[in-house]
Amino acid sequence: MAEDAHSDESTAVAPAHGSEHSVASVDVGLAVVPAPEDAFQDPGLPPHHLRVTDTNPRRQRRAQRTVFSLFYLSIAGSIFAVAAYMAFPIEDGSFTAIRINNLFIGLGIALALLGLGFGAVHWAKALMGDHELTDPRHPVRGSEETRARSIEIFQQANEESGFGRRTLIRNTLIGALIAFPLPAVAMLRGLAPQNQDPVALLKETMWDKGVRLVRDPLGTPIKASDVTLGSVFHVIPDGLNKLPHDEMLNAKAKAIVLLVRMDPSELHETPERKSWSYDGIVAYSKVCTHVGCPVALYEQQTHHLLCPCHQSQFDISNGAAVIFGPAARPLPQLPIAVDDEGYLVAQSDFTEPVGPSFWERDKA
Amino acid sequence: MTSTENETGRRPARGARRKGKRHPLATVALLFIGLLITGGAYAAINATSSATAEVDMNSPQTIEQGQKLFVANCATCHNMNAEGVPGVAPSLIGVGAASVDFQVGTGRMPMSFQGPQALQKPPQFTDEQIKQMAAYIASLAPGPAIPSEDLVNGEGDVAMGGELFRVNCAMCHNVAGAGGALTEGKFAPDLSGVSGSHIFEAMLTGPQNMPVFNDTNITPEHKKDIIAYLKFIDSQTSVGGYALASLGPVAEGLFIWIFGAGVIIAITVWITARSN
Repeated sequence: MAEDAHSDESTAVAPAHGSEHSVASVDVGLAVVPAPEDAFQDPGLPPHHLRVTDTNPRRQRRAQRTVFSLFYLSIAGSIFAVAAYMAFPIEDGSFTAIRINNLFIGLGIALALLGLGFGAVHWAKALMGDHELTDPRHPVRGSEETRARSIEIFQQANEESGFGRRTLIRNTLIGALIAFPLPAVAMLRGLAPQNQDPVALLKETMWDKGVRLVRDPLGTPIKASDVTLGSVFHVIPDGLNKLPHDEMLNAKAKAIVLLVRMDPSELHETPERKSWSYDGIVAYSKVCTHVGCPVALYEQQTHHLLCPCHQSQFDISNGAAVIFGPAARPLPQLPIAVDDEGYLVAQSDFTEPVGPSFWERDKA
Repeated sequence: MTSTENETGRRPARGARRKGKRHPLATVALLFIGLLITGGAYAAINATSSATAEVDMNSPQTIEQGQKLFVANCATCHNMNAEGVPGVAPSLIGVGAASVDFQVGTGRMPMSFQGPQALQKPPQFTDEQIKQMAAYIASLAPGPAIPSEDLVNGEGDVAMGGELFRVNCAMCHNVAGAGGALTEGKFAPDLSGVSGSHIFEAMLTGPQNMPVFNDTNITPEHKKDIIAYLKFIDSQTSVGGYALASLGPVAEGLFIWIFGAGVIIAITVWITARSN
C-alpha cells in the first residue's frame, strides 16, 4: 500500500532535468519515471517529555499547594460574597448602595468560580497522569459490509414504516410541518390594529387641514414670527397630547415633524411646492424613509439633516433630497400655512406615506 | 534598677529639647499653616478676580476697550467693522453679547485654524476682556444678551429639563450629554463640565452648526431647567460601573470584543498549552 502511494506521488511531482535530487528509477508498469529519494518523510510523533512536576518532587509539591490554595481561595470567595451581601445591603434603595452591593457580591462570586476553574485546570495539567495517546485517523469511507448494512437498514425502515408506500400519511405529515409555522404569521399580523386596515393607517397621520403645529412635548402653538433664522422646532400636531397614552405614542410615531427656518434665498423649491413653505419656514417628517428612526440631527449652516441610525443625510434646503446613506426617498414634506392669529397650521396631511417602505405603499 | 538608669538616660535629652530643639511635629504644623495660608490666599484672589468681571456693559469706556481688543484680535477675519468676510468669517452685526461670551469664553474664538468646526480650547482672554468685546459687539446692533446669574445657576426643574433635553438636544448631544458625531468631521461636543451660562448662550445663539433655540421656542425658564438637568447628570455617579464615556453601544461593544474576547482567547491558549 505504502509503496503504491509513494510511486503515485513521484509520478505527480517528477522533478525537472538537472535537479540536485538524486534520481532513482521506479518501475510503474510501462513507463519508467525518476523518483526523488528524499521525498517528505513522516516525521512520526515527537518524543514524550516528562513535566517538571513528574521529575522534581519539590515542583510537584508546589503545584499541589497552588491547586489547593486556589480551591481555598474559591471557598473564601463564596464566603466573601455571602458576607458582602450582608455587609452592603441595598435596603435604602440608593443607586450607590446598589452599585457597592453588586460590585462586592460580583467580586466574591468571580473569585469563587475563577478559583475553582483555574484550580481544576492547573490540577489536570500539572498533576494528573500525563499519558500521551495516539489515535490513528481511520479511513472516512466505511467498509463495504457497513455500507450495505446501512442501506439495508434504511430500506427495512421504509418498508416497516410504510413511508414510501403509505403516501397519505407521508403527505399529511409534510402538510402538518408546513402548517406548523402558520400561527407565528397570524400572531405577527395580530401586532397590527385589528379592526382597521393597517395599510390605510400607515398611509395617513394626525395632520389635517388647519391642524396647528405645536411644540413637542409642551403642546403650545407656534407663531411664524417665533421661528427665527437658524431655528429648529420639534413639532407635534395639536391635540396629540390629549389622546390616551398608547394611542398617543402610535400617532406621535407617525406625526413627528421638524420645523426649520432658513434664508429664503437658500431654499430651493420645486414650483409645485412653492406654496408649501412660509417665508423660508419648512416642515418635514422626522421619520426616516429607510427604517423609520427619528431623524433630527440638523446642521443649521449646511441645512443637512443626519439620521443617527444609518447615517442617511437629507438636504433640507433642497426638498430633503437624500445626499448620503441608505435612505431611498426624500423625507415627506408637510405643507404649512399661517392662520388668522399668526400661528402655523398644516395645509393638509402629508401627501405621501411617511416612514419606511411597505408592500402596499405605492398602490392607490 | 533599669528604670532608674532609663530615667537618668532620658534626662539630658529632654533638657536639650527644651533648650533648642523643636518638637518633631512643629515642622508638620508649620507646613500645614503655610499651605493653609497659600490656599486661602489663592482662593481669595480667584474669588476677587471673578468678582471683578462685573463690567458695565453700557459704559463708553468698556465699549471702547472692547473695540480695541476686537481690532487687535478679531478684525483679521471678521473685518474692521465686524461685517465679516464672505467665505471666511460671518458678520458679527446683531449676534449679540451672548454669542461673543460663548465663542470667546469657551476658547472657540479666536479660531486656531480653519477646519470642519472651531474647537474648544483654553480661553485666550480674561473674563473682563471678553465682556468688553461683548459690549462692543452688542453696541453695533441689538442681539441676545449674556444671561443673568439666576437663569444659569442650575436650580431649575430637573424632570422638565430632562424631557426638553431628550426632545430638543439628545439626538446630537447624546442622552447623557456626552456628545456625538455629525457629518464631515463635525461633532456635537460633550456637555459635561460646561458652565451654565455657556449652555444658555449656545441654545440662544446657535453657534456654528447648532440650530438656534430662541426664547420663544424654549423659554428662559425652560433653558434653566435644561441646565439643571445637565448639572444633575453631571453630579450623578455611574451606578453601572465605569461608563466608558457614556457613549453607548459603540464604546461598550469595542470594549467587550477587544478585552472580553481577548481574555477568552488567552484562557483557551493557557488551557490547551502543554505543561512543562
